Formats: sequence, C-alpha cells, structure tokens
Amino acid sequence: MNIIENFEKSQMKADVPEIRIGDKVRVHIKIVEGNRERLQVFEGIVIARHKGNHRQTITVRKVSYGIGVERVLPVHSPIIEKIEIVSHSRVRRAKLYYLRERRGKAARMKEIW
Amino acid sequence: MIKGILGRKLGMSQVFGSGGELIPVTVIEAGPCYVIQVKDESSDGYRAVQLGFCEKKESRVNKPLKGHQDKAGKGYFYFLREIRDDSASSVKVGDEIKVKDIFDKGDVVSVTGTSKGKGFQGSVKRHGFGGLPAGHGSLIHRATGSIGASAYPGKVIKGKRMPGQMGNRRVTVRGLEVVDVRVDQNILLIKGPVPGAKGQIVILRKQEV
Repeated sequence: MNIIENFEKSQMKADVPEIRIGDKVRVHIKIVEGNRERLQVFEGIVIARHKGNHRQTITVRKVSYGIGVERVLPVHSPIIEKIEIVSHSRVRRAKLYYLRERRGKAARMKEIW
Repeated sequence: MIKGILGRKLGMSQVFGSGGELIPVTVIEAGPCYVIQVKDESSDGYRAVQLGFCEKKESRVNKPLKGHQDKAGKGYFYFLREIRDDSASSVKVGDEIKVKDIFDKGDVVSVTGTSKGKGFQGSVKRHGFGGLPAGHGSLIHRATGSIGASAYPGKVIKGKRMPGQMGNRRVTVRGLEVVDVRVDQNILLIKGPVPGAKGQIVILRKQEV
C-alpha cells in the first residue's frame, strides 16, 4: 500500500499553491489546437475540492456572459500550467454548491485579503 | 533473455498521459527473481526456466525444497514458477532477473494470476444469464431456466453452463500494455486491471507483437 502511496505522491507537482474553498483562482490551461499550443486562462471561484494525492481536482465556477460555467480541473495534470490565487473569501462550507442558485448580488463573496 | 518474470500485484492507481488524460494502471512489484533451475530437452524434454520470487527465511523451508534451492545459492523463496523459454537463451542457475531486463515501455504483456474467489454463484452472476421474467406474478427470478430438451437427447449436454464456483481459478489476460517501468523500485505499470486480489502473485510474460 505504501508503495502505491509513494508512487502517487511522486506524480504530484511541487509548486501547487494551497487552494482553499472560496478562493478566486486563475488557472492557466494548455490547449492544443492542431499542432500549436496556447494557454487559456480560466478564472473563477473554487466551489469544491476532491482530494486524493495526484488525482486531486478542484471545481472552479465563473459566470460568463450571464451563463454559469463550471470546470473540474485536475490540479496535478500536465495540462494545468499554473494556478494563481487571486483572493480568498470567507466561507462557512466545504462545498459552495449553493452559489449555483444565486445570481448577481446574492452570489457575492465576502473577501478576506 | 527469457520472456517472463514473476511479480506481485500491489493494487491499482492512475497516471497522467502526455495529453493530460488519466490512464488506469495496475501497479505490480516485479522481481527481482532468481533462476533456480534451467530445464532443457535432454533433462526434461522441453526448455524452461524456473524462477524464485519473494524471499523466505531458511527456517521456514523444508528439506526437499532447501536442497533444490541450494543449487542456485540465492536464498529461499515462497514462489517457484516456470517460464517456458524456447529461445535457447543463455541464463544460468543463480542469475538475477530484473524487470528492466525484460520489459520496456510500450511492450505487450500477458498476465497470469488467480482470480478473486466469488464462492458458489448462480448462473445470472456466473454466466450473465438474463434470469426469468419478473412480472405477471412470477415467483422465480434468477433461476437458470431450461437446461435442455426432453427424450432427445435425454440427458444434459456436457459443459452446460450452470451455477457453481466462480473465481479463484487461474486466469490469463493477454494484450496488456506496459505503461511504465520504474527500475529503482522494480515496479511495472500495466494498463488496465489484472486478475487477482492485492498481494496476489502473477506471472508476467512478454508477448511478441
């Protein structure tokens, strides 16, 4: 069991910042178009985290042109170039699914530094 | 070099592929094994190599097995298994076989192990039968159903699929891909599942493509 644990840990990136629920993050995602590669930035609020060594994922939600968009992003995947934390907010839950039912002002988060 | 090695299934995990996709892998601790005996046409009528895997204390070995394994002089092992070797390779008794000698990334491998025992199971689970109709007041749901015709043939044909022991038998899965070989830890990553529970000994054979 330990060998598998170590094996999974060995695939984890060392430079991933500590991400907390409610953080506003900018995720730089590698996108391959034909034979060239470019970076796409996805910025939003972390509403859920699924732990599990290198399989760890975060669910990032943003509202784009009035449409809610959520992406489940594998934090340690090679397609994730970089994750920046823009700000933290005060939250009282581990999963912020309630944001899905809120629009506009009601979906604001109280920021802490 | 011979075309197989013994290993132990440690469990399953996932690795990232080059495009970021997750590949399910079975983690196998493969070797190091030691050659205990070499068989050839003159001694046994066929060519094979007997490998020892998973070291054992001397105090736990009985005398016949001790005498047999002393010929290699590499200690004692829990598992002794044969690998057929028709290539007339040059392995000698006492040689160490490591996973890096045999397997490389991208190789095709067949894995033999003992499948997980499921006990005595009915024909629905064991053979995937559909069962009997559930509605219209039916009282029988998972029975085998008809097992054959009447006066002709007047018997149940041999091999008729029926309830019985499921699992806990020798199973070989062919055509699996080696995703990675971690030389320092003797670890082999094989795409997809392999037969058996965690800790199960498996025989890994290289397949020619």
